[in-house]
Amino acid sequence: MKPRMTRPGGIGVRTPLIDGIDKVTGRARYTADIAAPGALVGRILRSPHAHARILAIDTSAAEALPGVAAVCTGEETPVPFGVLPIAENEYPLAREKVRYRGDPVAAVAAVDEATAERALALIRVEYEPLPAYMTAKAAMKAGAVAIHDDKPDNVLREVHAEFGDSAAGFAAADLVREQTFTFAEVNHAHMELNATLAEYDMERDGVTLHTTTQVPYYVHLKVAACLQIQESQVRVIKPFLGGGFGARTECLHFEIIAALLARKARGTVRLLQTREETFIAHRGRPWTLVKMKIGLKRDGRITALALEATQAGGAYAGYGIITILYTGALMHGIYDIPAIKHDARRVYTNTPPCGAQRGHGTVDTRAAFEALLTDMAAELGLDAVAVRQQNLLAQIPYRTAYAQNVLSYGLPECLEKVKAASGWSERKGRMPPGRGLGLGCSHFVSGTSTPKHWTGEPHATVQLRLDFDGGVTLLTGAADIGQGSSTMAAQCAAEVLDTALSRIRVISSDSAVTPKDNGSYSSRVTFMVGRASVAAAQELKVLLVKAAAGRLKAAPEDIEVRDEVFFVRDGPQAGLSWIETVRAAMVDCGAVTVKGTYTCPIEFQGDKKIRGSAIGATMGFCYAAQVVEASVDELTGRVTAHKVWVAADVGRALNPLAVEGQTQGGVWMGLGQALSEATEYDDGRMMHGNLLDYRVPTIVESPDIEVFIVESIDPNGPFGAKEASEGMLAGILPALREAVQEAAGVTCNSFPIGPGQVVELLDKKGAAR
Amino acid sequence: MENPEVFVSKRVMRLTVNGRMHEFAASDAALLLDVLRETLALTGTKQGCDGGECGACTVLVDGRPRLACSTLAVQVEGRSVETIEGQARQGRLTPLQQAFHDKLGAQCGYCTPGMVMASEALLRANPDPSADEIKAALAGNLCRCTGYVKIIESVQAAAAAARGAR
Repeated sequence: MKPRMTRPGGIGVRTPLIDGIDKVTGRARYTADIAAPGALVGRILRSPHAHARILAIDTSAAEALPGVAAVCTGEETPVPFGVLPIAENEYPLAREKVRYRGDPVAAVAAVDEATAERALALIRVEYEPLPAYMTAKAAMKAGAVAIHDDKPDNVLREVHAEFGDSAAGFAAADLVREQTFTFAEVNHAHMELNATLAEYDMERDGVTLHTTTQVPYYVHLKVAACLQIQESQVRVIKPFLGGGFGARTECLHFEIIAALLARKARGTVRLLQTREETFIAHRGRPWTLVKMKIGLKRDGRITALALEATQAGGAYAGYGIITILYTGALMHGIYDIPAIKHDARRVYTNTPPCGAQRGHGTVDTRAAFEALLTDMAAELGLDAVAVRQQNLLAQIPYRTAYAQNVLSYGLPECLEKVKAASGWSERKGRMPPGRGLGLGCSHFVSGTSTPKHWTGEPHATVQLRLDFDGGVTLLTGAADIGQGSSTMAAQCAAEVLDTALSRIRVISSDSAVTPKDNGSYSSRVTFMVGRASVAAAQELKVLLVKAAAGRLKAAPEDIEVRDEVFFVRDGPQAGLSWIETVRAAMVDCGAVTVKGTYTCPIEFQGDKKIRGSAIGATMGFCYAAQVVEASVDELTGRVTAHKVWVAADVGRALNPLAVEGQTQGGVWMGLGQALSEATEYDDGRMMHGNLLDYRVPTIVESPDIEVFIVESIDPNGPFGAKEASEGMLAGILPALREAVQEAAGVTCNSFPIGPGQVVELLDKKGAAR
Repeated sequence: MENPEVFVSKRVMRLTVNGRMHEFAASDAALLLDVLRETLALTGTKQGCDGGECGACTVLVDGRPRLACSTLAVQVEGRSVETIEGQARQGRLTPLQQAFHDKLGAQCGYCTPGMVMASEALLRANPDPSADEIKAALAGNLCRCTGYVKIIESVQAAAAAARGAR
């Protein structure tokens, strides 16, 4: 279906968020804002050791303290949880062992904060400390104590895969280079602190949760499992959410703990997490070591790629198995590479658990590949743009060796756009002293086509409800986390129905009201929920057209809809207004509810013969190219990004305003990783647990980011759309590295490119002269 | 469950918030942020950190920006406090609120109240700020969604709209 592209609020038109006014007026209620008079205060006691056996816990003094309503320990939580059904090894409250400093050990609910704090101080825990491992290297060392009994070598998962003949590819190359890169662990640092409001549901002996999640469905499943109650005894509501970026795509310990406390206290518990605790809950991008090897022909054609990745994943499995597969899964699908070898391992460490962060698992290996490709191109005397143009996918449709289908591919145009906008041809290599340009490309999935929980259900479901007032209520489980998914779903439905956007009210993410959704992760929502919204609106339109046809005494196929008027094509009579049509449709049947669904076709779900190919299987990729202009202060080593030109192929830009915002945010989050962000643990103690030591770029350090939207209309996306928020992140890392090479003549192979590293390299360069 | 052992004693305080006088009981140790959010139910002012790191709780005290998380209520007794809830009057957004909405200066919206209040203080003092002046005024306000580009555009658009309206 082709959108009109001109209707206010319609597809292709710059449209402010439908919940934007709530946000700018302070009316938007986030979890911590929800009124709960008389709620108990929840607090968590955390392990002071990075690795230790729990010998005894004595809560009697805490329980006896006046004002304490409930005390919980791991004794009450025998069921482990985790985001992947095949690797659930975390307990809401630790049992037998603690595995990182901050691992929850006990929790209390009390009448006020002071009493809760006093109660925590009265809980006696006896530990037997064990050797703790902060790095992958230390954890893998022979003789290291196992962090989990089932993995004696502390390796959660090893991956070994080869597509094509890499040895032959390297043999055929004119230039083969190998380079090792390291990437610091980073954190999402979403602005809203983690929080849960849990109410005991006396009627059902269950719990109702308001919580800070991107996937209410996972919270629902895990709370029911860990409390050992039926899923029908649980209700999960996601209010406004202050960002997520992947941190909240798992059910997290504090959510289950709040539910446990509320049930035990038979009351309402507000569990607010500090910024430090929000850092402890973590789920960030792991520290990653990448050994990248590329073979090139003299003309720049890639003959083979081999990479080894090692991740320090933290204390629990979490998303680890998927994250490590992603280090290789997206080596495919952006360039035409005849042979790809992927070896990787995910290692347990005694640090807070890593998880999914924007660009899940793909960012560091993409950055390493792009960085080495640029270095090798320079060695061959080739331009960074030219070498990429040399390796573009030959023809579309394209099927990768990893069984991914590419049906739309705007990367060639992205490269042209940023090349022209940045003045690349004229300026690259001729920048003034201390200044440089750099380029990088990247891509990401428009949703993973294979849900983590195999249920046989559609991958997305949207309901539309129509009643006497003429309003359309759109019900979706899709979690709007600030990315604007509610606006997107409403725009899709309004476009099909040809109604004003304001006629659609979106109600999202309340398990008692809205249909289940798989959640806001892997940039799946625009593609899948968008398609479901279109399908639901088409269902509703059929009913309305039929009703209008009856009233206008015409055949349904002769009815047209335009700006909320239903009329007979080429007919002389006046049309029916929206409300007249709605009332006609309700005769005999009353209020109308219709449903639309979407399921990714099986040929997009990977190939069962290729191990791991469910990860990275998608309906289509978002592609991006970007150029950054940066300078280096030779005295302080400080790197400043001045300007970024980024072109993103998002299929159809359903809402160009939102696409720009997401693209800027994605590039900028990558810039933080490139410039300044890193976690640090000193003997297990978190050194970065606040927003001063964890250095997110401020507005002063942030460059202008100019966005060029490329629309390679995808044949399957809603109106041709693909994802628009993750694919552009990784490219900024190698781009910044290249700009620093030009500006200062030093090559940084470890991220972030902080002043310390740059000064050290400058000193080395100076000494060598 | 018995009553807790310790009760913090409170006294009566008066505060003018968004032009309205409020009288309430609070301890001398009460933070302005907690009084606004818990006592007065003005939850538009946000907490995003453990104290003074992020700027999400920025309010105006006598027209100047101030972090409510690092201010005792007793320090601003008798003074005029403005929060995000007092900005839109009679159903009309301020130029800044309108611009943050129209230009997508808010994505998740969590930093937005603080951003809008810090920007409001800036525009009152400097109705026509340069990009660098905007950056300097908002240097203490973190945003994790936008990369700040559209925040700067929003402030510039609001300044232009206010100039046009004068």
